[in-house]
Amino acid sequence: MTEILAGRLRRNNHAGPATNRSQKLGRNGGALLAIVALLFILIAALAPQLLTSADPDAVAPVDAFQSPSSTHFFGTDESGRDVYTRVVFGAANSLFIGIAATIVGLGLALILGMLGGLGGRVGDFVSTRVVEVMFALPGLLLALIFIAIAGPGVVTSTVAVGLSTAPGYARIIRSQLRSVRNSGYVEAATVLGHSRLRIVVQHILPGALAPIFVLGTLGVGQAIVWASSLGFLGLGVAPPAAEWGAMLSSGRTYIDVAWWLTVFPGLAIVATAASFTVLGRALNERTRQGGLG
Amino acid sequence: MTVQPLLSVKNLCVRFDRTAVPAVDSISFDVRAGECLAIVGESGSGKSLTARSLLGLEPPNAHVSFDAVTLRGEPLPATRSWRWRAIRGASIGLVLQDALVSLDPLRPVGREIDDVLRLHTTLTHAQRHRRVLELLDAVGVPDPALRAQQRSGELSGGLRQRALIATALAAGPPLIIADEPTTALDVTVQAKVLTLLRSLTDSGTALILITHDLAVVSRVADRVAVMSRGHIVESGETAAVLNAPSAVETQQLLASIPVDVPRGVPLLSNAIRRLALRPHAPVDDRAMESSAGALTSAPRLTPALQLTPALQLRAVSRQFPTRAGEPIQALDRVSFTLDTGTTLGLVGQSGSGKTTIARIALGLETADRGQILLNGTEWGSLNARERRPLRHTLGAIYQDPLSSFDPRLSVERILIDALSATASTAGNTNQLSCVDELLDAVDLPRNLKNRRPLHLSGGQRQRVAIARALAPAPRTLLCDEPVSALDVSTQARVLDLLDDLQRHLGLSYLFISHDLGVIRHMSDTVAVINDGRIVETGPTDEIFTTPKDPYTRSLIAALPRIHRSGPVSAARASAPPVE
Amino acid sequence: MTDPSDTTAERLSTRPTARLRSLAWVARRIGGGLFVLWMVATVIFFALRLIPGDPVDAILGGPGSQASAEAVAQIRTDYGLDQPLIVQYFLAMGKLAVADFGTSYALKVAVAPYVLTQLWSTLVLTIASMVVAWILAVALTLVTSGRGGPARAVGSGLELLAAAVPHFWLASLLIIVLSNTLHLLPPISVPGPLGLILPVITLALPLTGFLGQLMRESLANAYEQPFVLSARARGESEWGVRLRHVLRHAALPGISLSGWAFGSLLSGAVVVETIFARPGLGRTLLSAVSIRDIPVVTAVAILSALTFIIVTLATDAIDRIVDPRVAKQ
Repeated sequence: MTEILAGRLRRNNHAGPATNRSQKLGRNGGALLAIVALLFILIAALAPQLLTSADPDAVAPVDAFQSPSSTHFFGTDESGRDVYTRVVFGAANSLFIGIAATIVGLGLALILGMLGGLGGRVGDFVSTRVVEVMFALPGLLLALIFIAIAGPGVVTSTVAVGLSTAPGYARIIRSQLRSVRNSGYVEAATVLGHSRLRIVVQHILPGALAPIFVLGTLGVGQAIVWASSLGFLGLGVAPPAAEWGAMLSSGRTYIDVAWWLTVFPGLAIVATAASFTVLGRALNERTRQGGLG
Repeated sequence: MTVQPLLSVKNLCVRFDRTAVPAVDSISFDVRAGECLAIVGESGSGKSLTARSLLGLEPPNAHVSFDAVTLRGEPLPATRSWRWRAIRGASIGLVLQDALVSLDPLRPVGREIDDVLRLHTTLTHAQRHRRVLELLDAVGVPDPALRAQQRSGELSGGLRQRALIATALAAGPPLIIADEPTTALDVTVQAKVLTLLRSLTDSGTALILITHDLAVVSRVADRVAVMSRGHIVESGETAAVLNAPSAVETQQLLASIPVDVPRGVPLLSNAIRRLALRPHAPVDDRAMESSAGALTSAPRLTPALQLTPALQLRAVSRQFPTRAGEPIQALDRVSFTLDTGTTLGLVGQSGSGKTTIARIALGLETADRGQILLNGTEWGSLNARERRPLRHTLGAIYQDPLSSFDPRLSVERILIDALSATASTAGNTNQLSCVDELLDAVDLPRNLKNRRPLHLSGGQRQRVAIARALAPAPRTLLCDEPVSALDVSTQARVLDLLDDLQRHLGLSYLFISHDLGVIRHMSDTVAVINDGRIVETGPTDEIFTTPKDPYTRSLIAALPRIHRSGPVSAARASAPPVE
Repeated sequence: MTDPSDTTAERLSTRPTARLRSLAWVARRIGGGLFVLWMVATVIFFALRLIPGDPVDAILGGPGSQASAEAVAQIRTDYGLDQPLIVQYFLAMGKLAVADFGTSYALKVAVAPYVLTQLWSTLVLTIASMVVAWILAVALTLVTSGRGGPARAVGSGLELLAAAVPHFWLASLLIIVLSNTLHLLPPISVPGPLGLILPVITLALPLTGFLGQLMRESLANAYEQPFVLSARARGESEWGVRLRHVLRHAALPGISLSGWAFGSLLSGAVVVETIFARPGLGRTLLSAVSIRDIPVVTAVAILSALTFIIVTLATDAIDRIVDPRVAKQ
């Protein structure tokens, strides 16, 4: 993901391959769909009562294992709780962790990336080694150990996911900084007599960091998937809170009799992750054509 | 008895989707066996598109129509027909510009040649391998067995271009189309490749040569067709067209060639400029007219010998470490002097060290040994901080201005940024008016201010680069291949502009180029560099009329000049004084 | 007849020096890899000791064990847990340097053979998934990225979805469809290739989506290059162009990212093994972390890092062989 994104971002400044009308339409339609989906999810996260009137934790054992119907859109689970409501309430967790983890990851990556891109040979050496070590440890291992140290929960999930995504971003940021540093226009600014500080602030940083927003948007989708993996393994928020990954985990036991327990929360994850990715790609296209930045 | 033409094209039209004006508008021409037809024109004239259409390889959104296109009497297939696969390579060969990207950089060149044989012959694997080596030898590649296994990036420019020609020749097609085959090459290598192409026609292959360089045309082509904006405006025997051009475009092309125009005389005279103006002409033409009157009669600045030289290099040396262990000597005791108000032309081929000199002169790199003086004061040994206050006296323009612009900035912002580099500007309003003045000085209309360089033409971009370089009011400009990427007539306009600015502002130029013609026209003195050493320096006329160093002589001999008497056969051409 | 300028570019690329340079590169990479391993071991060492809880409890089998004070003290001395941290660190590094991974706290068996068998099981899954993902990605890209619009959109959409799908959900879906409804494949992993199918598909599909997106983009770029025009001008067929020229260029970014992809596959394997009840490093890791079995976790971390380093070295080497331009950077 990292280098091809870096390459895509570098090509932003020059005309890309021609796109025909149907492609553009498809892309705009997709982006529109993604925005609508994301709006839904945002409402679910911020004001779930607008989408459902039930209580996610309301236990009603007599209603257990009902298949999807007009009263229970997504059916009920083993304790009779309405799955649809739990999915809606679970959006807050996933969205929050996804976005917060991306911010944490980007923040850490910024430090490492700037150290590598701007910090001279020593800084580059240090930052590259740190990134290499972070890469060499499987992301899940890092997350597991961190959660073992700090206990499960929203905050630790956030930091754990952030830690695993940081090295990827750091590599992109560093390579962007380096390529801008060696670019013709930075040299031209030097020849004109600008001070180094001014060149860094006015040319290098904006040029290299402009794509961060796009990167982040693309990354939120992946972070949400990660976060729900942790929830699936029981390392996320504590039960009985509604969390998509945890719902999938408990639904697995009853997979023979109640397929809806796994399908709907999973759909929510996929829809959210895919929408963020589509949105991110649409933003990338726009910046390529010189709209933003 | 007239010979039946090998290729006959009647009323070929190429139109792009959703554009009213066709890119190629009803052109007709013939090519006979053993003949070389050159199609000449500037970029956008439609010549490359014509070449591609003849092979059915036009871009997907282009529509080709014609009354008749026949090869040996047989009509060529419609676009996207499967019958093309038998024709391409076997009946028509294509040679593109710059073999570095025109050959697959991941595959050995021998395989690329082998592909042609595999597709069009029934030779066995071993026979094909032998044939590949024969072909490489025939085009003049030494040590074919080794070269065949190398990829295009591992070969020098001349060798890989020859390998590319070998792929076009492999199946023995009677017609070869070459689209700017020598543009990316050094002049000495170009001469050899042109000799090779001429030998092809001498042995019976027909050749369509697409180029923008009239001198190349005069060396190789029997007939020439001049294209402009999709039309053939003039065609005929090479000698006739070059000696007595009837079309305005041809005259303009001929006039834009700098090599024989004396120093100080503008390349585009008023008459031609006015004729070149049409309602839909590019915007900067209009501005040129207003300054047309101011140019001609100003006297040349005589170099004032009492003034300190603008730039001096004394015994500058630089080594580069390489991974193989042995360092390369990039510069070896280079010395030259640029007198104030004059132009020193630094000419050399690729890899000779010109770029290193430019970077050292600009203070972007430091020399290992030697002294560099700017306006008489020490420059080379200063550190970055010490250099900054002096930087405003030295400006630079490059071959590719686009990469020297911050892609997010508009023209106005770029110029304001340049103006703010000098501490003397005060207040915003001053800067804005300065921006206008800069744009006027380079003959750009003021309404281009808000555009980004990406959306400007090559010539306009170079002018913005010049304007930016002028912003800090420098005394010296370093011009590193400033016109190499431009069309001939755009090149002429930019050279005229540079000349004009030098006269009015008293600038000194260090003009670096590989193009001898441009150097001859622009320079007062010339320094020739080869392999990191200056082999000869002196006044321009002396160097070009009586060169002393053998390398200089080989360069000048290889320079394609317009032979008014038509192309010479390969046998006579391949016996130059220096080999 | 040789033109002096024709030989300047080849002054440095004679065969012996090229070989020497390659050897030097390999040596540099191995050195770097060892350094990373050491750093990984150090980080793991200190991180594991940050986890709350006394390692003695793990050794004894749980915090609720009734052990006398002498027994506890004895264990501490036996395992060297009474030494200062720095001493423990150097002792541990020393042991690792000779590949002595010690004994598992919980299982009381030698860690190295135990973890290696688990590692083998995970590696089989991971490598098979990698291969399947590549094959699927290449096939999908080749077939759908011709010049047709709708086919390309479908392929692109599929890849997008595939990359957004979490492993565990995909596994559940596959189980629902293939095992429960159609009764084609076993839901729980059985030994042998049959039990490998579902886990491999689960692990491979998201990677297929990701690789497919990469390849599609670089394929589109490769098609625009002049050498494709040259190839067509030689009479090469569309498929010839695709297979002989463009595919190689399209695969380049995928190759360089395969090292990273492998790392993410390892992470995904943890989840997949849990779902399909497959023996492997994943389950080992999960249980070891939860009971603070330090030697096992250390061994898993080091072996994962080692595998990752080896795979990265291999992919970089392949990258250099396929594309010699990389070596010049």
